[in-house]
Order: sequence, then structure tokens, then C-alpha cells
Amino acid sequence: MSAAPIIELRGISTRFGTQFIHRDIDMRVEAGQVLGLVGGSGSGKTTLLRQMLGLLRPTAGSIRLFGLDPGEADLLIRQTLRRRLGVLFQHGALFSALSVFDNIAFPLRELRCLDEDWIRRLVDLKLDMVELTAEHGRLMPAELSGGMVKRVALARALALEPELLLLDEPTAGLDPERSQNFVNLVGVLQQALDLTVVMVTHDLHTLTSLATHIAVLADQRLVACGPRQEVMAVDHPFIRGFFAAKAGKLL
Amino acid sequence: MIDVPRLQIESGRVVLTGQWTLAAIMPELSDLQQRLAAADGAKAWDLSAVSRLDSAAAVLLWRAWQQAWPDELNISAVQRLVLERVASQPATSPQLPVRRHHLVAALGSLLLRALGNLRGMIVLLGQLLLDLAHLLRHPADMPWRELSATIYKSGAQALPVTALVGFLIGVTIAYLSALQLRSLGADLFIVNILGISIIRELGPVLVAVLVAGRSGSAMTAQIGVMRLTEEIDALATMGVSRSLRVVLPKILGLTVAMPLIVLWTSAIALLGGMVAAMLQLDLSLLYFVDNLPRAVPVANLYIGLGKGVVFGFVIALIACHFGLRVKPDSESLSANTTRAVVTAITAVILVDAVFAILTRHIGVPSL
Repeated sequence: MSAAPIIELRGISTRFGTQFIHRDIDMRVEAGQVLGLVGGSGSGKTTLLRQMLGLLRPTAGSIRLFGLDPGEADLLIRQTLRRRLGVLFQHGALFSALSVFDNIAFPLRELRCLDEDWIRRLVDLKLDMVELTAEHGRLMPAELSGGMVKRVALARALALEPELLLLDEPTAGLDPERSQNFVNLVGVLQQALDLTVVMVTHDLHTLTSLATHIAVLADQRLVACGPRQEVMAVDHPFIRGFFAAKAGKLL
Repeated sequence: MIDVPRLQIESGRVVLTGQWTLAAIMPELSDLQQRLAAADGAKAWDLSAVSRLDSAAAVLLWRAWQQAWPDELNISAVQRLVLERVASQPATSPQLPVRRHHLVAALGSLLLRALGNLRGMIVLLGQLLLDLAHLLRHPADMPWRELSATIYKSGAQALPVTALVGFLIGVTIAYLSALQLRSLGADLFIVNILGISIIRELGPVLVAVLVAGRSGSAMTAQIGVMRLTEEIDALATMGVSRSLRVVLPKILGLTVAMPLIVLWTSAIALLGGMVAAMLQLDLSLLYFVDNLPRAVPVANLYIGLGKGVVFGFVIALIACHFGLRVKPDSESLSANTTRAVVTAITAVILVDAVFAILTRHIGVPSL
């Protein structure tokens, strides 16, 4: 792939009212990395993710996805940009009026150039990738369990063959076994599809089994960002607390 | 930035180069499909120069090969995996059995649904009576705050819009009747026509339609969303009865507020009629007010207010019933809100007809 970073944040500051969420954040995500974004509750992890998606504008600073600005480019460029990334929202955000099949087919149909047989094969393929069967395609989102909602949402996020996958709390609300399965699934797909992944998570287990890189948000700043082992060794009160508390709990 | 996907036929071999991904093939789709069709039947395919192959492109190729591996295929191991995934899928997925709609069955299910709704409303009514009995024994449990909130939201805040609509309807009726009455020389009967029609019939029905659209839909949507977000369940776990705290104040509140809005709207509609009569027939306001009690027996006012009470009760009952039937998806919310408004307006017209028949001997002035 090209040498340019997939995501580049420069000098991001965010303010809600008078309260600063982020101050002067710089970050780069290179192709093939799996970056885990961690931080305490209310540290603005999800806000940062939404800014990468172009759903929110930062108060100051610039964001580049594949070298393009997700907020400023004109509609056509923005569309092509959005098609190169897939998003898994925390609660799945499946369209409740559409069946599982139609949910996954939706972004494909929106392209308006694929025929139904092609779409049907692709949807079956995605369902197969997330270890669901074609029969599941007929169910409505309301009939799915929490783990299945995540899988279907992942299949939908992968529908357009994205190069970049953004995950918001991918394992929140899943029991340990399902969460492990889901993490394995994301890992296998990341390898197979050569994805770049950015995920927001609280779960140390998800982090250690998936992430190659970690970025830590604390005190409105990015206190560490780099390969996992290096970040875990950084001497910062939050990082020590985060990993120590979680490690203690695991025992 | 993206290597353009290319396809060349070189001495019997089909050579693919570039990036074969959904994003890359989309702009060139018709051209590529033509070229693939032209290469149909070729035995040897060389994909070794393809930099990236995703499943969308793999499906395109697999279909071009008519779902069979070509005799000679030069491809990297990773990309072979992608194609194998596609190849392992069944060519057609089992078709859903198409539900045939039978007229009798459709009518039957419609009837069953209507009966189900009726039953639901009777259950709700019974629950309401039980709650009222409970309140009689424990007056401290009365949800006063919720009650006053309902009266304020569906009563006080509805005053401007009902006044506007009432005034315009009064003006319209007065103008239309004035044209007819003047040709008969019966100008003075405008008081009878306006008085009876507005106080007895138009006022209550007009308000009911407006309130069904305004407050009825709001109640259904509110209860529906409270169900979606599990707020109703949260109430139940705190030992608070959902019917006592959510449903009862809405029904009681609207029952109290409706006759008041009816009174207000009828008054404003009469005012509109009076103004129009003054302009069109030169009938003084004083004459109109003096003659109103003579032309319209006071029983009509009671009938109008009584209708207001019943309509308010019916609208709120139907709105709450459909609100409690909302399932956790957005489609169900919109369907139930629509049903609540349509059913409420239909029920109001139905009840109005019953009123007309039952009160046909009451309040009609004898000439």
C-alpha cells in the first residue's frame, strides 16, 4: 500500500461549552495496524472516533483519512471516502425495519451498480465470514441476541470491503466466551482482509489479544501512543492504574 | 493512488492486473463486464499480477467463469483463498416460501386483530377501574404531578391552535350560511344555525380531531419510546405501577382537559361566526349575544361538554393502548402511532353518531 498513513490527526482540540475534551492531540495510524484507543470514562474516546468518521467536527486541528478530510471534501469525495471504511457502532445500530439480509445488503444496494444475484452472493459471504448462516438472514434485528447483533453489524461494516474498520466498544455487553469468540473473529478477519482497525475499548482482554498498537487518552491529552508493549511500560498514573487494576481483576 | 483493474487477452491467456476491489472496479464496471464477457470460455487465467482481490471482485470473476474453476489458473495463495470462499457458497440460496394472501384469511386476520385490540382496550379499562378503586382507598397514591402535566400539555398548550382553527371554522360557516339565509330573507336564523351546529356538534368533533392528532399521537409515541428504552420496566422494578403512573394520569388528564378545550373552542368559533355575521348581514354583536340563549337551549351546551368528556377518554384510552403495544423497533413505533390516531378519530366519529341518536329529542328548539 501507499506509505501515507491511513489516519492522521494533527492538533485536535475539542471543547463542549467551556469544557475541554481534547487538547492538542496528534496521532497516526499506519496501514495494517490494529490500534486500541483506551482511556477513562468521559475521556472522549468515542468523541475522537466520531470525529474520525466526520460525524463531529473538532474545535481545532485537522483530520486526514487516506489523505482526505472527512468533513470538508465535496460530496462525491466524501462518499468514496466513507466507502473505504466500515464502522461497528456500540449497540450495532442495525436498521430495525430491515431484516438481517437487507441490513447487510443496504450499503451494497446504495452503490446502485450491483445486480441482485451479486448482492445475494456477497451478503451470504459476509454472513459466512461472521459465522452465521443464510437462515439468519431472514431474522429481524429485534429477534437477535446481543452477540448476534454485533456479528451482523460487523458483517454490515464489512459489506463494502473497507480498508479501515472502526469499532466502538466491540465486546461491551458480551459474556467472556462470546467476547473471546468475537475478538478471535475480528482478528481472523483482520488478517484475511488485510484491514486497518481502530477500536475503542475498555476490555483489557480485547486489547491484549487484538491490538498491535495502543493509544491512551487521559487528562484531555494523548499520553501515550505506540506499539503495545512500549505503551504498557510507560510510567504514567493512568496507564499504571489501568493495566494494574485490570491485571489484578484477571487473577 | 489506486491501481486501475485491467484485463488483457494475450494469446489465449487472460491476464488480470491492478487492484480488483469493489472501490476500484466500480467506476469501470461496464467496461470490465464487457471484457469479461469477451473472455468467456478462455481456459487460462493469469491473476498473478493482481495486487488486491476482494470478495466483490471474486464474485464477479466466479460468475464470469460460470461457477467453475478454469483449467489453468495462476494465482497467489491468499487470493485463491478469497476465491475458494466464494466458490464454497451455494449458487442460489433457498427461496423464501412466498406467503399467498387469501382474501378470506386476510379478512379473518384483520377481524382477529381488531378483536385483539378491543380485548386489549377492555383489559386496559378494567385495569383503570382497579387503579381508581385503589386510589379511593389510598388517596395519597394519586399521581397529581403527572395529572397536571397531562392537563397542561394536552390542554393549556392546545389553546392557541384550537382557537385559530375554531375561529376560522366559525367564520366559514357564518359566511356560507349567510349567503343562503339572505336569499330566503331569514337572516336572523344565523344565530340558531351557528349556535346549534357549533356548540352541539362542530366544537366537540373539531377539538377531538385536533387533540387526537396532537396529544393522542404524542401519548402513543411517549409510551412507545418508554417501552423501547425499558423505562416502563425500570418503573415496574421500583414498585411503581405503570398503569397507575403512566396510563391513568394521561386518561384522566385528557378526560378533564377535553371539555374545557371544547368550551373554549366553541366560544371562539361563535365569536368568529359573530364577526362574520356582523360584516356580512349587519347583525350587531349585541343582538347575537342576546338571542343566543333563546335560540339554543342550554341542554346543547351540556351535550357538547359531555361529548368532550367522552371523546377525551376515548382518545387517551386508544392512545395508551397502542403505546403499550409498541415492539422494540422503529417500524412498530410508527405503525402504532398511525394506528392510534386513525383509530381514535374513527372511534370519535362513531361515538358522535351514537350521541346523535341517543340525544335526538334533547335540546332541539321547538319553533
